[in-house]
Amino acid sequence: MMDARSIECDGDIDHTGVMIVGEQRLGDVHPVTFELLARGRKLADKLGAKLSCAMIGSGLGESAHEIIARGADVVYLIDDPSFAWFLPGIYARALERLIRSAMPEIVIAAATTSGRTLMPIVAARLCTGLTADCTELDIDVSERLLLQTRPAIGGNVMATIKTPQARPQMATVRPKSARPLPRDDRRAGRVVQVKPVGEDAVLAGCCAAGCAAPGRGLEVLLESVRDTTQEVSVQDAEVIVTGGKGLKSKDNFRMIEELASSLRAAVGATRDVVDLGWISYPHQIGLSGKTVAPRLYIAVGVSGSVQHLAGMQTAETIIAVNRDKDAQIFKVADFGIVGDLFEVVPEMITKIRNRTSAGR
Amino acid sequence: MNIFVLMKQVPGTSNVKMDEATGTMIRTEHENVINPLDENALEEALRIRRAVGGSTVTAISMGPPPAARALREALAMGADNAVLLCHRALAGADTLATARALAGAVAHAAGGGIGPHDIVLCGERATDGETGQVGPMVAALLDVCVATYVRSIQLDDSDGASTVATVERVVEDGFERVKLSLPCVITVVKDINQPGFPTLAGKIRARGAQVRMLSHEELGLDADAVGLSGSPTRVVRIFRPSFARDTVLHTQDGSGAAVDAFVDLLADRGIV
Repeated sequence: MMDARSIECDGDIDHTGVMIVGEQRLGDVHPVTFELLARGRKLADKLGAKLSCAMIGSGLGESAHEIIARGADVVYLIDDPSFAWFLPGIYARALERLIRSAMPEIVIAAATTSGRTLMPIVAARLCTGLTADCTELDIDVSERLLLQTRPAIGGNVMATIKTPQARPQMATVRPKSARPLPRDDRRAGRVVQVKPVGEDAVLAGCCAAGCAAPGRGLEVLLESVRDTTQEVSVQDAEVIVTGGKGLKSKDNFRMIEELASSLRAAVGATRDVVDLGWISYPHQIGLSGKTVAPRLYIAVGVSGSVQHLAGMQTAETIIAVNRDKDAQIFKVADFGIVGDLFEVVPEMITKIRNRTSAGR
Repeated sequence: MNIFVLMKQVPGTSNVKMDEATGTMIRTEHENVINPLDENALEEALRIRRAVGGSTVTAISMGPPPAARALREALAMGADNAVLLCHRALAGADTLATARALAGAVAHAAGGGIGPHDIVLCGERATDGETGQVGPMVAALLDVCVATYVRSIQLDDSDGASTVATVERVVEDGFERVKLSLPCVITVVKDINQPGFPTLAGKIRARGAQVRMLSHEELGLDADAVGLSGSPTRVVRIFRPSFARDTVLHTQDGSGAAVDAFVDLLADRGIV
């Protein structure tokens, strides 16, 4: 398996076009697919190339039309009951096979638990580069190369990465880091049904360094449990109120929950706050937590480390409350209040309640 | 059960220097620690060894000679063997080149007396790069199943003859129970266990134990397949991001004007 002495990765010039790897849930297109299409459309247009979308799942027939309306030129449907749920091995084999035949120059997937599992397997099998968790994708037009930008070293700086020779150039991007394109039902596109191949399909490895034929291991999903005890998902929320270390204690953090509830908003938290145990990890926003792009983001007692900013800077409107007028968070905010949050927040809650009851 | 644990040394602080020329991290001996999730992986390996008689735990790391210290810590925590992939040519590796070396080391062990792998464990991601790519890549290169974001592992038998593992993997809105055949790679999350500490007996044993040093050559890998030259990706630019917006700044002065402006803004955005 690992007995090879050399590598022959192809820097094939025949690779062309941008492919995004869509996601589905029980046959319905997951909204992250539309974000990927928006990203992919921009890249394909810069390259003057086609944008395709690979959909792996079961019962996908209905989805193709909307995927085209959201920006795809070609939709590959890999539709089979065995693909109903994400399983790394069979998904990777199907995607690898599609990439080998469609030969895109760029492949982009979402940095979800499935995308972050699927893409490394496929990249390793194709012997190409993969950049995780990009926040920004662009094209170097002169070299026709994908510029993959992601936070690096604990989120203190950003790094731009290229894949100069190997193809395709692969990247995962954070969900909610791009806005979907509006639906355009006049768009035309092609739908290609890709016939899944049985488990025994053997693919030639692309290079001698160990990119072997796909494995035949067993993998079975026994059950999928949705955790309904988890409150509103911060990634789906229109409004988020986030509390930072400035709240000083777990008890004080309840103030954030109260402010959020007055706005029917989700509660977010910084890494520090989660590490201190004031609230659970699903609420964490930032590089090591979730990336969000709500309509309104309110940061209270948050200093604004790059690692946090990387997770929320695409919010439409950002409001910050902090005692320190020089806090980094004010630089990214549209509106800020310099003051003691223990005075400001209760006043906010009262005035919001007055306004909402007056408006009814 | 033959268990391998992939362990990475990461900077203990968030202040890391970059090599401007190559765009790679400058790693120093200073304040390096074992990637916390890899400690969970090691703890899980030790747990499986306790449950399944006749198991062996081998810790593998890649890095400069000082990285041997992390492996000695793994030995003190209870690992049976430790292997350090160490050679100048291995430096500057991206995730694929790293996975290639680590997969090579696991495969090498099969012929090197340790025996073929049943389970390869590692943290779901490292705190420095945060890519989470190396585990699934190692699985692809070893041509075995993989389960990621795993918070519990259950083996069917306790006699070492288990051929499948049942795992719980944490996903965005809940969890999944997945059965997968061995050999496999499993990447773990923090919730899987509470890592233990080196024991005095472990420390004494570790002092006597050897960290086996291997280079890519001994793994049968060409210098072009590993390190920076074996990496398909290149860092071309490092910069401090600017997210700056035009900020309207108010000061809380007791007049209530600041919060009034805030509520007006919410109304303007259609929030209240």
